[in-house]
Amino acid sequence: MPTTAPAFADATASDGALRRFLHGLPGVDTVGLEARAASLGTRSVKTTSKAFAIDLAISMIDLTTLEGADTPGKVRALCAKGANPDPTDRTTPRVAAICVYPDMAQTAKEALAGTGIKVASVATAFPAGRAALPVKLADVRDAVEAGADEIDMVIDRGAFLSGHYLKVYEEIVAVKAECGDKARLKVIFETGELSTYDNIRRASWLGMLAGADFIKTSTGKVGVNATPPNTLLMLEAVRDFKAQTGIQIGVKPAGGIRTTKDAIKFLVLVNETVGEDWLTNEWFRFGASSLLNDLLMQRQKLSTGRYSGPDYVTVD
Amino acid sequence: MSDRLTVLKTYKLYVGGKFPRSESGRVYEVTDSKDKWLANAPLSSRKDARDAVVAARKAFGAWSGATAYNRGQVLYRVAEMLEGRKSQFVHEVTHAEGLSKSKAADVVEAAIDRWVWYAGWTDKIAQIVGGANPVAGPFFNLSTPEPTGVVTVVAPQESSFLGLVSVIAPVIATGNTAVVIASEKSPLPALSLGEVLATSDLPGGVVNILTGRTREIAVPLASHQDVNAIDLTGADADLARDLEIAAADNLKRVLRPQPVDGTAADWSADPGTHRLTAFLEMKTVWHPTGTLGASGSAY
Repeated sequence: MPTTAPAFADATASDGALRRFLHGLPGVDTVGLEARAASLGTRSVKTTSKAFAIDLAISMIDLTTLEGADTPGKVRALCAKGANPDPTDRTTPRVAAICVYPDMAQTAKEALAGTGIKVASVATAFPAGRAALPVKLADVRDAVEAGADEIDMVIDRGAFLSGHYLKVYEEIVAVKAECGDKARLKVIFETGELSTYDNIRRASWLGMLAGADFIKTSTGKVGVNATPPNTLLMLEAVRDFKAQTGIQIGVKPAGGIRTTKDAIKFLVLVNETVGEDWLTNEWFRFGASSLLNDLLMQRQKLSTGRYSGPDYVTVD
Repeated sequence: MSDRLTVLKTYKLYVGGKFPRSESGRVYEVTDSKDKWLANAPLSSRKDARDAVVAARKAFGAWSGATAYNRGQVLYRVAEMLEGRKSQFVHEVTHAEGLSKSKAADVVEAAIDRWVWYAGWTDKIAQIVGGANPVAGPFFNLSTPEPTGVVTVVAPQESSFLGLVSVIAPVIATGNTAVVIASEKSPLPALSLGEVLATSDLPGGVVNILTGRTREIAVPLASHQDVNAIDLTGADADLARDLEIAAADNLKRVLRPQPVDGTAADWSADPGTHRLTAFLEMKTVWHPTGTLGASGSAY
């Protein structure tokens, strides 16, 4: 287990030790967490601060298309949009990454050549994660070979919920090894399926111990996706992890973030919880597709003074 | 005299089928024709206007896609609801316009009749303004009217109910959705109309009613890129000029009722169809007909 932070080497020595460690984490104060997330959501961010927040949020987007109906043409169109989100205003920043299925990674890689935008690929039998480990690893290898700079893996929620923490841990470690130094690894917990905040805290620590570069809330394929409370909880986890190990881990809320107002709320959470170190697309991302259009419309409103409409941004 | 405390009504906006307060939390005092306090009405901000446009845009697909016959039925249903709440409107119009009870009753009845009249037009207007065009070539050439989209309506300032109905009904009869800025001085009949619309079969968002300072709400709506047309009926000459300039930015369709010399319009007169046709776009299709090739094939 080479990737575990030395401070926690004992915790991952056996299934029992890992279970004791995860269940030894302090319980989450549900009411306090939700109240804190709600109160941070009431901040008023206006004028120049808003303009800064909008540009920052655009630069943090993993522009995503994960549909069965994805075609190379659609992926190329999305890449063009990511590179030049608002053709009427060239000062608009580029997005951080384009997130696609592994078979589209090569198309995206070619379309993004020279833009500096990363290719993120979901892998490990996304979104359910119900496949044997060798299949998952082959999925990851495929994506990395196709040129993916970032791999978004899903954990085995079935194993996690039935208490086989070491199995989940070893899977993440194996995927991390497969990524090598070619790709950063984002670990998706699917918080909507973990039921409790305690489980989200445990999953966060499990992912970080196993060597995740990013921890990500959800796939966007279930009812409950990223919410301010569960993202706040994960931000607290990466803050505590850094305090104890010195290792910085990124956070990516994904799914359900559709408006500029929502995005700014998340940025406030980041700033107030982990601080400015995370306020860059190196350490914080939004997994989103429709969010970009709303950010662009708000950006147009700020620069022209008149409200924009959906006719002035692309459909996808 | 009973010692009962009367229950005062909180007038609220009508946006997206719901009754929100103004996002700004502001209200203003509405008085009757003799400056006696009647109620507090929401003082809408430009953000309320923005929300109303979002609601109207959302409602546009289904409302414009409904059959003309269905739209007519829904509008007729609104007239039925109006009839049931006639006494409330008579009361409000009496206070708002300083009319006698019987005069106000006449106005309200005329407004209900006006609504029914427009309800009847929904499935007939296409036959009046559309049709087959004679062209010099082997084509069927057909024109059909289609709704313009989201229409901002600056309702008349003086005629708080008959005038209001006369500007809203033609806009939605043809399949547009409307963001209505009610009379600044007498907004209460408009807010009550919102309650009637909510209890008819009209889908939420088809009509959105805002109250407040006309200029404050109208200016952002005139420059709003997602509004397709604006009706300047209730704007004075200064405001109308500013709105027309702002509306030019995205080539909005503008209805500037004539004359503009400030004489009050006679809302009891026969309205004609010009308000129906003001917010329609003509779609014309060419379809080949007759012999097309040497083989003699024909459609």
